[in-house]
Amino acid sequence: MYNFDFAKPSTIADAVKAMSEEDAQALGGGQTLIPTLKQRLAAPSTLVSLTGIPEMQGICMDDAGRLCIGGATTHATVAAEGAAHYPALAAMASHIGDPAVRNRGTLGGSLANNDPSACYPAAVLASGATVVTNAREIAADDYFQGMFTTALDEGEIITEVKFPVPEAANYQKFVQPASRFALVGVFVAKYADGVRVAVTGASEDGVFRWSEAEEALSSDFSAGALDGLSVDASTMIGDLHGTPEYRAHLVSVMTRRAVAAC
Amino acid sequence: MVEISMNVNGKPVSGAVEGRTLLSAFLRDDLRLTGTHIGCDTSQCGACVVHVNGEAVKACTMFAAEADGAEVTTIEGMANADGTLGVVQQAFQDEHGLQCGFCTPGMVMSAAALLRDNPTPSEAEIREYLEGNICRCTGYHNIVKAIQTAAAKLTPVAAE
Repeated sequence: MYNFDFAKPSTIADAVKAMSEEDAQALGGGQTLIPTLKQRLAAPSTLVSLTGIPEMQGICMDDAGRLCIGGATTHATVAAEGAAHYPALAAMASHIGDPAVRNRGTLGGSLANNDPSACYPAAVLASGATVVTNAREIAADDYFQGMFTTALDEGEIITEVKFPVPEAANYQKFVQPASRFALVGVFVAKYADGVRVAVTGASEDGVFRWSEAEEALSSDFSAGALDGLSVDASTMIGDLHGTPEYRAHLVSVMTRRAVAAC
Repeated sequence: MVEISMNVNGKPVSGAVEGRTLLSAFLRDDLRLTGTHIGCDTSQCGACVVHVNGEAVKACTMFAAEADGAEVTTIEGMANADGTLGVVQQAFQDEHGLQCGFCTPGMVMSAAALLRDNPTPSEAEIREYLEGNICRCTGYHNIVKAIQTAAAKLTPVAAE
């Protein structure tokens, strides 16, 4: 990989300053970025490590009953410490990648990258979470803007994500066995004011809400409510792992399983 | 260059590295601790697993500079003080938990991390934990047996 300067700030303010340099790039756990750098698909001048910032670490509940997770918190920490507050989210985190990847990979890193097959975007979108950055708060519905594309501005850092805790939730992942990413993943979250369903891995546009299923489930929260509903295969990803039609079919199957498991 | 220092297998070490220097490269090339193997260098295979502050990580997918100030344990730190094999290593030998042996350092480090978090894992839990460690000899059966043997030695069931 090309060389770069390495910065490890200990406060958000210092990180923002370091990110203002031309071609600076934030480094979370590096589980996607480091392989990308090795392929020479990125060539930052400075890599700003966000893992040494205490105020971006850890998990707590706020006064509004939301689960707040620091942007640099690892998947392993969310899996271990989130279970008591939001079991479905912790269960999802405990199945990302493999144990060594979970010990490095971070919530903020996953969201900033917005891989179309990543698990976290489904959880954040289905929870109607709020993405907090050094500059502002972004609603999940506004944050995800297509494959590898987000509302983040240049140099903006995800410091925290606030998850409203649902009455019931479940994530079902159909694993692509070579990469362990989701071939299709569906996160269903039931709140007092309605059900949210977010799908990852399937669409050419990245994570999306399946609004038809949300309406059906909001009036009747049972797998049977999904009878006859399907997503349009024409916008699904097709590759050697699965055709668009196969992915569209899996979306229905995984949604049913998630509802049944709630 | 970045000046870094850390404890590796209990010994303080320091060095000057480029930003892009991977922890695996620092351990192997600078410290000459070549027990940490680089199998794929793409974070798939797990041959390079070491412990950083007690947690299993892939040393090929972490920069040396990120380990500044950390406690690092490599396969060289798994033996007993007198040089004899540690419990997990001995179990791999006893159960013939290796064929060519290339993946073994990572397997031992992952096994040790698993047994610390979960001293009495089921076979299914062992297999799931090894998801990120690939043995291309496909010798998983005896690797799982070795980890079961190590678990029994480290956490003996209380005699009735």
